[in-house]
Amino acid sequence: MIRMEQVKKTFGSNAVLRGVDLHIPKGTSTVIIGGSGTGKSVLLKCILGLVKADSGTILVDGKDATKGDRDAFLARFGMLFQGAALFDSLPVWQNVAFRLMRGSLKRPRAEAREIAIEKLRRVGLKPDVADRLPAELSGGMQKRVGLARAIAADPEIIFFDEPTTGLDPIMAGVINDLIREIVVEMGATAMTITHDMSSVRAIADDIAMLHDGVIQWTGPVSQMDSSGDPYVDQFIHGRATGPIEAVR
Amino acid sequence: MALLLRLLARIGRTFLGFLAMFGRLFIYFAQTLSHIVRPPFYGREFALALVNIGWLSLPVVGLTAIFTGGALALQIYAGGSRFDVESVVPQIVAIGIVRELGPVMVGLMIAARVTSSIAAEIATMKVTEQIDALITLSTNPMKYLTVPRVLAALITVPILVGIGDIVGVMGGYLVSTYSLGFNHAAYIQNTVSFLEPLDVISSLVKGAAFGVIAALLGCYFGMNSGRGAQGVGSATKSSVEAAAILILACNFLLTGVFFSL
Repeated sequence: MIRMEQVKKTFGSNAVLRGVDLHIPKGTSTVIIGGSGTGKSVLLKCILGLVKADSGTILVDGKDATKGDRDAFLARFGMLFQGAALFDSLPVWQNVAFRLMRGSLKRPRAEAREIAIEKLRRVGLKPDVADRLPAELSGGMQKRVGLARAIAADPEIIFFDEPTTGLDPIMAGVINDLIREIVVEMGATAMTITHDMSSVRAIADDIAMLHDGVIQWTGPVSQMDSSGDPYVDQFIHGRATGPIEAVR
Repeated sequence: MALLLRLLARIGRTFLGFLAMFGRLFIYFAQTLSHIVRPPFYGREFALALVNIGWLSLPVVGLTAIFTGGALALQIYAGGSRFDVESVVPQIVAIGIVRELGPVMVGLMIAARVTSSIAAEIATMKVTEQIDALITLSTNPMKYLTVPRVLAALITVPILVGIGDIVGVMGGYLVSTYSLGFNHAAYIQNTVSFLEPLDVISSLVKGAAFGVIAALLGCYFGMNSGRGAQGVGSATKSSVEAAAILILACNFLLTGVFFSL
C-alpha cells in the first residue's frame, strides 16, 4: 500500500534519510523502531507531505504521494501526534470531529458531534469529556482524544507518532491495546513510530529498524528476537554497546 | 583592514537578511490576498478574530486615546500661550489626533496587544505540531489562521481608529473645558468646522493599513517561529518590533501621500 524507494532528506549538513526503502502492505501494522533523532518522524512526515523529501519516490496505492488532489490524499489518513496536538481553543468534541465539520467530509453539526462522542466512547472516554477543553484533560486523556480524532473519519491509513511517550506504563498499555483493537477492527493500514518495546510487541505485525538514515532490518515481529541483526539486537535489548553508538 | 572587511560583511549580511525577510513577507502577503478570495472561508474563526482584535481592544484604545487627547490639549495650550494663540487648542487637538496621533497610537496599541498574541498563539501551535495537525486534517493553515485574522484586522482597526479619534478629541475637550476654561459649545463647533473629510478618510485608511500590518506580521512570525519556548518568545518579540517599525514607516508614507492631495 505504501512504498518508499530511495527516499532522502537532508537538513543543512545533516543527512537524516540517506535512501530509505520500505514497503508497508495493506491492512498490516508496521512499527518503525530506531533511536531518538534517527529520522523516524521525518520519514512519516515525508509520506504525508509535511516535509518534502529531497529525492526518492513515495507511492501510496501505486500513485505518487506528492502529486494529485492533496485533500483527497490526506482524507485517507488519520494521525495521532506525539503530543496529541489538540487545538487548545476548541472543545474536545470539536477536536475529534474537526475533519467532519469542514471540507469534503463535512456533516451536519449534530451528526458530527454524535460521531465524535461515539469515537470518544470507543477510546474509553465518557461523553461528559466532549465539552471540556483539551487543557482540562490529563496527558493520557489527551492521547486518547488524539486517537479518537485520528479515527473519526474512518481513515484507511493511520499513523501513530510515539503513541505512548510520556505516559505511565498502565496508560501506555491501554493506548497500545486501543491501537491494536482499532487497527484490527477497522482493517486499516497502520504505521507507528516508537522506541518503546512494549508498544512494538503490542502493536506490530511487521517491524522496520531505521538507523543511520536507512532501513537496517525489516521483518515480522515474531522474528524480531531472532533476527540476527546486530542493530536490532542491541536496540531491543537496550544494550549500551554494539554497532549503534550510545552517544549521538 | 580585516576588521573593517568583517564589519562590512556583517552589515551586508544583515542588510541582505533584511531584504530577504521583506521579500518573504511580501510573498506571504500575496498568498494571504490570494486565499482571501478563494473558498473555503472559516466564519467561526473570522467571528472570533473580530471579537479578539476589535471588541477586546476597545478598552486599551479608549484609555490611551483619552489620556493622549488630554495631554495634547495641555501641551498645545502651554505652547500656544507663548504666542498668545491658546484659542487654537480645539483645532490643533482635532487635527493632531485625527491625522496622526489617533491612527498611530491605535496602530501601536494593536501591535502590542494583537500582533504579540497572534504570534505567540500561532508559534505555540507550530511548536506543539498543531499546524501539522491542521494540514493532516485537510485544512490549509493560511486559510484557517491567517486569512480570518488579517480580514478581521482590516475591518476592525479602522473602526478602532475612528473610536480612538473621537475619544481622543473628547479627552482634549474635557481638559480644555473643565481645566483650561474653554466654552463647551465653541470647542465642539471649532473642532467640527475645522476638520475636513480628507482628515477623517486619511485616518481610517491608515487604520486599515496598520491593521493589516499588525495581523499579517503576527501570523508570519508565528508561522515561521523556531522550536521550543525560545522560538515562541523570539517570534513574539520580532513580530512586535517589526510591526511597530512598519506601522511608523507606513504612517510616514501615507502621510506624505495624503499631504500631497
